[in-house]
Amino acid sequence: MGTPFEYAPAPESRSVVDIKPSYGLFVGGEFVDGHGKAFKTVNPATEEVLAEVAEADEHDVDHAVKAARRAHRTWSRMPGAERAKYLYRIARIIAERSRELAVLESIDNGKPIKESRDVDVPIVSAHFFYYAGWADKLKYAGYGEQSLGVAAQIIPWNFPLLMLAWKVAPALACGNTVVLKPAETTPLTALLFAEICQQADLPAGVVNIVTGAGSTGQALVAHPDVDKVAFTGSTDVGKQIARTVAGTDKRVTLELGGKAANIVFDDAPIDQAVEGIVNGIFFNQGHVCCAGSRLLVQESVADDVLHRLKRRMATLRVGDPLDKNTDVGAINSAEQLARIRELSDIGEAEGAERWSAPCELPSHGYWFPPTLFTDVTQAHRIAREEIFGPVLSVLTFRTPAEAVAKANNTPYGLSAGVWTDKGSLILKMANALRAGVVWANTFNKFDPTSPFGGYKESGYGREGGRHGLEAYLR
Amino acid sequence: MVATEPEIETTPIRDLDVARSDASLRRFLHGLPGVDQVGAEQRAAALGTRSIKTSAKAYALDLAISMVDLTTLEGMDTPGKVRSLAAKAQHPDPSDPTCPQTAAICVYGDLVGVAKQALGSSPVKVAAVATAFPSGRAQLDVKLADTRDAVAAGADEIDMVIDRGAFLSGRYLEVFEEIAQVKQACGDAHLKVILETGELQTLDAVRRASWLAMLAGGHFIKTSTGKIQPAATLPVVLVMLEAVRDFREATGVQVGVKPAGGIRTAKDAIKHLVVVNEVAGPDWLDPDWFRIGASTLLNDLLMQRMKMTTGRYSGPDYVTVD
Repeated sequence: MGTPFEYAPAPESRSVVDIKPSYGLFVGGEFVDGHGKAFKTVNPATEEVLAEVAEADEHDVDHAVKAARRAHRTWSRMPGAERAKYLYRIARIIAERSRELAVLESIDNGKPIKESRDVDVPIVSAHFFYYAGWADKLKYAGYGEQSLGVAAQIIPWNFPLLMLAWKVAPALACGNTVVLKPAETTPLTALLFAEICQQADLPAGVVNIVTGAGSTGQALVAHPDVDKVAFTGSTDVGKQIARTVAGTDKRVTLELGGKAANIVFDDAPIDQAVEGIVNGIFFNQGHVCCAGSRLLVQESVADDVLHRLKRRMATLRVGDPLDKNTDVGAINSAEQLARIRELSDIGEAEGAERWSAPCELPSHGYWFPPTLFTDVTQAHRIAREEIFGPVLSVLTFRTPAEAVAKANNTPYGLSAGVWTDKGSLILKMANALRAGVVWANTFNKFDPTSPFGGYKESGYGREGGRHGLEAYLR
Repeated sequence: MVATEPEIETTPIRDLDVARSDASLRRFLHGLPGVDQVGAEQRAAALGTRSIKTSAKAYALDLAISMVDLTTLEGMDTPGKVRSLAAKAQHPDPSDPTCPQTAAICVYGDLVGVAKQALGSSPVKVAAVATAFPSGRAQLDVKLADTRDAVAAGADEIDMVIDRGAFLSGRYLEVFEEIAQVKQACGDAHLKVILETGELQTLDAVRRASWLAMLAGGHFIKTSTGKIQPAATLPVVLVMLEAVRDFREATGVQVGVKPAGGIRTAKDAIKHLVVVNEVAGPDWLDPDWFRIGASTLLNDLLMQRMKMTTGRYSGPDYVTVD
C-alpha cells in the first residue's frame, strides 16, 4: 500500500496453550479412547498438524449416551439454584482462561485472534452466565419446568466454542445432560471445555464430548435413547437429520444455512453502512451462517457505496490469525477453500464482475482474499447458494418493495440487515423481511439475551434468550 | 499531493454554489449522509485495539512528536513560560539530537511576538488562537482585529473558533462568512477552524460543521479549544477524518485535521494515528495534514521514546516539565 506506517507483527503468544499430541473422548467425566480410526486436526493457517483426535464409533456413542442418561437422574432432580452454581462456575473459569481458549480457537479454526479474543470467548462466558441465571427461574419462562433428558448436540466448525455454549448452557440450565459432537476440523476447544467441566467439578456424565465426523454424528442422532437433537450446520445435513428423526418422539432444533440480504437505502449513514457490510461478510472469513452475503444497495447510491466499500476492503489485513492486527484469517479447511473457489469461478462464468482486495496471501495454509461480485442478479448461483466464505454478491434495487421482494426471494431466512436513517422504514422492513434476525444499522451482533434462528431452509427453533429454553423444556 | 494555494483552492468550491444562501447551505449540509453514533464509536473502538509494536511504534512516536502543537493557553501564561515552551519545541529531548521537533507552539495572540522571537529562524511554527478564543462570543470586527493582530505579530497559523451559537441555531451562512473573512484576515497564515465538538454534541453536527469549515476555506479543522469537555475523542476525530477524505474526493482539496484537548498519553496519540492511517489514509500521516494539540502529551511521547531506545523506563524527572 506504500504507507510509511506498516504495523510490525504483533503475534499473540502460543505458550498459554498446551496442545497434547492426542486426545480421547470425554465420557462420564473422563477421557477415554475411541474405537474408531483417530484423525488429525490441522492449523488451517499453516497446515501444521496440531493433534490426533479419537473418533467415536457407534459403541462409543452408546457409551456416552448411557453416561448422560445416568447423570440425568441426579442432574435433572437437582434444584435449579444448584445447577446454576455449576454454570456460574463454568462461566467464571471460561472468563479466567479466556486467553488460552481464544488462542486455541484461533489456532484450530483459523479465525483472527482479535475475534476469538474480543467476540467469541466473551460471548461464550456471557452465555453461561445468562443461562445460569435462568436455571432457578424456569417456572417463569413459560415453557414448562421438566427437562427433556439426553440432548444430542452437533455443532459446526465456524464458531466451535460459541456454538458449544449456545447448545450446552441452556440444556444444562434446564436439567438436561448432553452428548456433544464438535466438528471434525475444530475439536480442540471442545476438549479444553471438557477439562473446564472437570475443573468445575461438574458431575460426571452431565457433559460428554464425542469427536468424529459425519458417521459419529449419524450414530448420535439415530441413538434410540436420545430425547433431543440440536444441530447447527449445513442445510443438507439438517435435512438428513430431519429424515432420521422423523417418526420418533425426539425433539429437534436445526440452525442451518443462510444467504442474508444486507439492504442499504440511499439515506443510510453511509460510512457506518460500509463498516456493516464489511462486518457482515468478512467477519470470521465469511464463515457465518447469518453472514450478509447479498448486498442490496439502492441504485442512487450504488456507485458511491461500492467505491467506499472497495476502498475499505483494501485496508483489510489478511494473514496470520495469531497476529493481533489481522482482520481476516484463514479458510477453515482445504475442502471449504475448494468450495469457495468453485462458486467464485461459477460467478465469473455466469457473467458477474469479480473484484478482490489487493492483499498478499501467505504461501502455506488455506486463504481466500476478500472478494465482491458486481452485476449479480437473482438468477446467479452466487446470489442463491451459500458460499460460506469471504465473498459478497452485490445487487441493486430501486424501491423498498423491490428490496423486500429480492431479499425474501431465497430458500433461506436466517438474518437480514437494513441501513437507513428513517426509523419508520426500519420497522416496515423488519416486518416484511422473512428472516429470524433483522439488524438495523448494525450487523452480526450476538447477545445471549437475544433469540436466534431461522425461517424456511434456515431451520427451526430458537437459541438464545428466554426463547432458547423452549427447546430443552417440557 | 494536491495544490493548497488559497486562490486555487477556493475556485472549485465556489463552483459548487452551495454558499449562495442560508437555505442552499442548509440543503447541502443536511444532504450529507448521516452518522450513526453507535457505528462510529464501534469503528473507533475497533481501530483502538490495533497493536503497535517495535519499529511501527518507534515510527509512530517520532511522527506524533513531529505533529504536536505544543500548547499553553492559560490566563497565567508569561513570556518566560512561552520561551521555555519554544525551547522545548525545538529540542524536545536535549539528550538526543535525533528526536524530532514539534510542529508548532500554540499560544495566545499577545504572546506571538515572544514566541516568534524565541523561535528565531527555527522551522517550528507559531500558532495563535484568535477570534475571541475560547468562546468566540464577540463582534466580527473584534474577531477580525484579533486575527490581524496575531498575524501582524508574526503568527504562522491562526486557530479560530466558530460561532457555535450561530451554528446550532442553523445560521450556517453566518458561520461560513465569518470563517471566510477570518481567512482573508489571515493573509498567508494558515487557518485552523475549531469546531468545539464537545458543544456540537452530535456526530451529525460534527460532520456538518467540518464540511462548513472546509467549504469556507479552512486549511485545518480542529476539534476543540481544550476548555470544554469532552474535547478530542476518537469517534469525533474519525468522523472529521471521513469528512476531509470525502472533501478531497469531491473537490481535490486536502484539508488537515487537528484533535486538541484530552490526548495525554502516547498510547492515545498512536490510536489517533491508526485512525488517520486507516480512515483518511497515509496521505494524512504528515504534520502538514495532521496535528495534535496538547500540553502534557509530549512528555509521555518522550518517555516512551526513551524506553524504546534504552530499553528502560526513566520516569518523569528525565523529561522537562514544560
